[in-house]
Amino acid sequence: MKTPTLPLPCLVVALAALSPFAAMAVEPLQSAVDPRSPAAGDIAFIWWLLLAGGTLIFVGVMTLLLFAMLSRRPRRPVGARLFIVGGGLVFPGVVLSALLVYTVIVGARITAPPADDALQIDVTAQMWWWDVRYRDPDGDGSAFLVTANELRIPVGKPVLLRLHSADVIHSFWVPNLSGKVDMIPGRVNRLTLQADAAGTYRGQCAEFCGLQHSRMALHVVAEPVADWERWVAQRREVPAEPAGDVLQRGRRVFLETGCVACHAVRGVSNPPPGLAPDLTHVGSRPSIGAGLLTNTPGNLAAWIASAQSLKPGSKMPSFHNLDGESLTALAAYLASLE
Amino acid sequence: MSSAYDATRADEPITDAERRQLHEVWAQPRGWRRFSEINNSVIGFYYLVTALGFLFAGGILALLIRLQLAVPDNTLLSPETYNQVFTMHGTTMMFLFAVPAVEAVAVYLLPQMLGARDLPFPRLSAFGYWCYLFGGILAFSSLFFGIAPDGGWFMYAPLTTSAYSPGINADVWLLGIGFIEISAITAAIEIIVGVLRTRAPGMSLNRIPLFGWYMLVTATMILFGFPPMLLGDALLELQRALDLPFFDANRGGDPLLWQHLFWMFGHPEVYIIFLPAAGIVSMILPTFAQRPFVGYHWAVLGAIGVGFLSFALWVHHMFATGLPHISLSFFSAASMLVVIPNAIQFFCWIATLWLGKPLFKLPMLYLVGFFSVFLIGGLTGVMVAVLPFDWQAHDTYFIVAHLHYVLIGGMVFPLLAGIVYWLPASTGRMMDERLGKIAFWLLFSGFNLAFLPMHWTGLIGMPRRIYTYGADMGWSGLNMASTIGALVLAAGFALFAYAVVHAARRGRQAPDNPWNAGTLEWVEGIPLRKHGFTSVPIIRSRYPAWEQPELAAEVREGRHHLAHARNARRETIVTTAVDARPDYVLALPHPTWIPMITAILVTVCFVSLTFKATSVALVAAVLIIPMLYLWVWRTPAPVGEVVDAGRGLTLPAFVSGPRSVLYSGVTVSLIFDAIAFGALVFSYLYLFTVRGLPWPPAGYPLDDLATAGIPALLALALLAVGMLALRLLRQDRRGLTGMAVAVALALQAGAFAALLAWMRPISATADAYGATVWTLAGYAMAHLAVSAIMAVYVLIALAAGRLSAGRPLALENTERVNRFSALLMLITLALISLFPRIIGHG
Repeated sequence: MKTPTLPLPCLVVALAALSPFAAMAVEPLQSAVDPRSPAAGDIAFIWWLLLAGGTLIFVGVMTLLLFAMLSRRPRRPVGARLFIVGGGLVFPGVVLSALLVYTVIVGARITAPPADDALQIDVTAQMWWWDVRYRDPDGDGSAFLVTANELRIPVGKPVLLRLHSADVIHSFWVPNLSGKVDMIPGRVNRLTLQADAAGTYRGQCAEFCGLQHSRMALHVVAEPVADWERWVAQRREVPAEPAGDVLQRGRRVFLETGCVACHAVRGVSNPPPGLAPDLTHVGSRPSIGAGLLTNTPGNLAAWIASAQSLKPGSKMPSFHNLDGESLTALAAYLASLE
Repeated sequence: MSSAYDATRADEPITDAERRQLHEVWAQPRGWRRFSEINNSVIGFYYLVTALGFLFAGGILALLIRLQLAVPDNTLLSPETYNQVFTMHGTTMMFLFAVPAVEAVAVYLLPQMLGARDLPFPRLSAFGYWCYLFGGILAFSSLFFGIAPDGGWFMYAPLTTSAYSPGINADVWLLGIGFIEISAITAAIEIIVGVLRTRAPGMSLNRIPLFGWYMLVTATMILFGFPPMLLGDALLELQRALDLPFFDANRGGDPLLWQHLFWMFGHPEVYIIFLPAAGIVSMILPTFAQRPFVGYHWAVLGAIGVGFLSFALWVHHMFATGLPHISLSFFSAASMLVVIPNAIQFFCWIATLWLGKPLFKLPMLYLVGFFSVFLIGGLTGVMVAVLPFDWQAHDTYFIVAHLHYVLIGGMVFPLLAGIVYWLPASTGRMMDERLGKIAFWLLFSGFNLAFLPMHWTGLIGMPRRIYTYGADMGWSGLNMASTIGALVLAAGFALFAYAVVHAARRGRQAPDNPWNAGTLEWVEGIPLRKHGFTSVPIIRSRYPAWEQPELAAEVREGRHHLAHARNARRETIVTTAVDARPDYVLALPHPTWIPMITAILVTVCFVSLTFKATSVALVAAVLIIPMLYLWVWRTPAPVGEVVDAGRGLTLPAFVSGPRSVLYSGVTVSLIFDAIAFGALVFSYLYLFTVRGLPWPPAGYPLDDLATAGIPALLALALLAVGMLALRLLRQDRRGLTGMAVAVALALQAGAFAALLAWMRPISATADAYGATVWTLAGYAMAHLAVSAIMAVYVLIALAAGRLSAGRPLALENTERVNRFSALLMLITLALISLFPRIIGHG
């Protein structure tokens, strides 16, 4: 092998091979490099900084190395000891000290708790969905609003999440808004969440939690403060009786098929908390099955009839014995709970 | 022995008869008896082939993962199967390939590099190998029955406890890891004592080939890193099998305890894999730079520094667990600090090239792959050491990319370079340049195509360990690219394997020192011999092949040390640890089935435990005891008092006390044992710091000091009687020695019963406190049992006249284990009984 072959052409080929795939890409649904909050913005900035610095160092070191490999005779640009101490000790020492100080300061800012009067939400992860309870700011800290697999928060206001787990370790992660925080049995972790712009942000469990770890997503819906307050006010009201035969029948099916053993609907059923998602306002949620399906009456029916084939291992049974009309009525009833 | 090795008079050449005898004594038995061979050169080769076999098996699992993720909403693998496949991919690559592979290279090459005929404990290496082979095959084949582990390679509790993993899958993982622990610790003992004590005369510490240094550091890290994991495994299995609630938050346990114990091992593990590879690089690079390594001392200090610091990093795998920011910052700083010794090594390599006249041969191509890929892995490593960034990157494909850049870049490329480089030493033949080059480019481009995009896949939100994703997630294109890259990478591995087989069968014959290397293993020519060198060479430099031009001829002609096997015995020279002066001649065991049979019994025992066949396990465990007696009984006894080592040097044929390598071997084992106990003490104190007062927790009354006093007194008596026995033997009063040992035996039984009685009121399952206390006491009780088994052996040996004032080694080692057990008892009693009183229990 007379002339050494460089790894560079190979990298170029690899990158070129990548470009058609990049072109195929659609806008990612969740992304750490599309920050929509101060914390995610800080982290994304750190990423670009690290990428730039890392690239510079990579190019610099590889240049030194290839230059050394290609030279035909010994070179002595500086003394060997100066070279080793300078490159191996002084340079990384200085760069890393600066990096450490900067990022620890940013980290402290990100983990700082919000003001005492901030909205507090308890999120409890379990195999494989999220139970969400808003603490009543005026009350004793008990939940005044229960939902599942979605968080609605006011735009621009930091919110304190208390993260729990009911079974194994999970991790709360909404990349556009924040880094992840684990949810560990026996511990309560805290996370300050904020969204700078209105929108729906997807997140999903980031710690392997068993069979359906892949199917454990949630949505954070950020709304302008006025909209959010209206939403809260609406949630405080007991939902109205369903109108019309179909919805009435759906409610009957809901009561008679066994749904009420696990699912709460305020004013209709009241099973022990934490068994299954609260369905009081299920009709207004972005998704069903913890991010599995978009929330349409058709998908609701599909989920009820065949949850075990859509998400094997989940606690939701497949009600495939329901006749078509009952199923449609039940789905319509649930979709009407907005 | 005085420094006879620098005698300038070369010895008489070896006669043909002597040469024949040397070959015969070291020849591998033929036919099916070949597998009774225990020589490290042979075992090392088996080890390496087995490890590479598991590399391919793990690689096939990787391809399954990539095929499943190639397109969104894929149903190629069911979620159950996918979870088993990715768990076994990680487990296979880390435990069944990477660690055994570096141990393999070490036991295979170290004797040649150090100038030893063999490392000091060949039977131990063989035992470790067979455990690894049987355990590895059993654990891996669980995939074919659908009972493979499915909790991820780091097996986080409580997902892996029986409440959430009721099947046998997690037990299979713990079973497999048990075997890997055994093989790792046997290899660590062999390597530590081997590097320190079986170097060629004159190979003082500052002349050890760098690979030897790196392996010494690595083996020491195994010694300190594996015990916490072993303990964690034991606790998890105790929780699974007996419902001891160490990790159950509802009963005072803590899931994070598992993470601490796992990563105390898991982080050093990365460097346990990387440092030997760095050692390989440091051996190859000077050869092709055509000059000695630049910054030898810096590199050694760098390796030691990495070894030290790697134990201060474990929490950087736990940045998202919600621990206080201030303590996380400490671990972030430590993670950055470890860059410095690594950077020093890197710059030593660059300086070596810079000051040399580099030749660009095939192994160098693979080293370019190492440098570029590992450098990227190192830089992304700095990125994930940054706390805020890690909160995003953690548990995403960014980490998957990072760890593959580190492990494939930092370990696989150097290993492949090493295979190309030492292939002629092993087979006498060269790898075909063209095949090697094509394989490299397939590997390199496939690797980068597979893993470079993954950084971005992670940043745009793809978590690890998901079996599928929706088409709307925006991850499809990058995943397809990674899958294509993985296929190219696999083709590269296949071609490399073909190139190795092709070379071994039909490769070009290699000249004696094909690369013109400077280190010892090339000196006497190739292929390497099972007995190492015709005469054990006297070393005067770091690169003897370059700096001692007369050495090759002299060694071959047998003009250095021990150019015979006159006692019809396998023997090697043991030297002093620091300046490698000849100390004594160690008689080595000949081929024997004992290690393999013991490994089979251990396998039967572990497997029956896994499948809850307790009686079979018990029978196997009991049968292990006579095998161990036989093992010790068959330790080669010296022939005569001294051995003629050539050049006018006469060495003792036997030593006892700290000079003996057997003594050192027990020392290393006891350190391992002490670290495991330390991890248990850590668990006890950790649970205390998590819980706080009252301690013991509610429901557990403080014990009665008087009852704790009985086992404490028995432990003290045991210490005294043990010392007395040794003193009596040194005065050659064998009858009295026997009586003292018998009394010790009775005391051990008494202490066992006293501990049991003292523990009886404490419930092991109601609370993690009780579970930990029981485990502490159980640990001491297990050691009392081992001491008793050893004491029985001493009685047998005494009766057979094998122990005397001049041959006290068996009692010396027994007495040390006995002392250690008594000490464990006292510490345990103090922790349970005194500690709560000191902190004011309530």
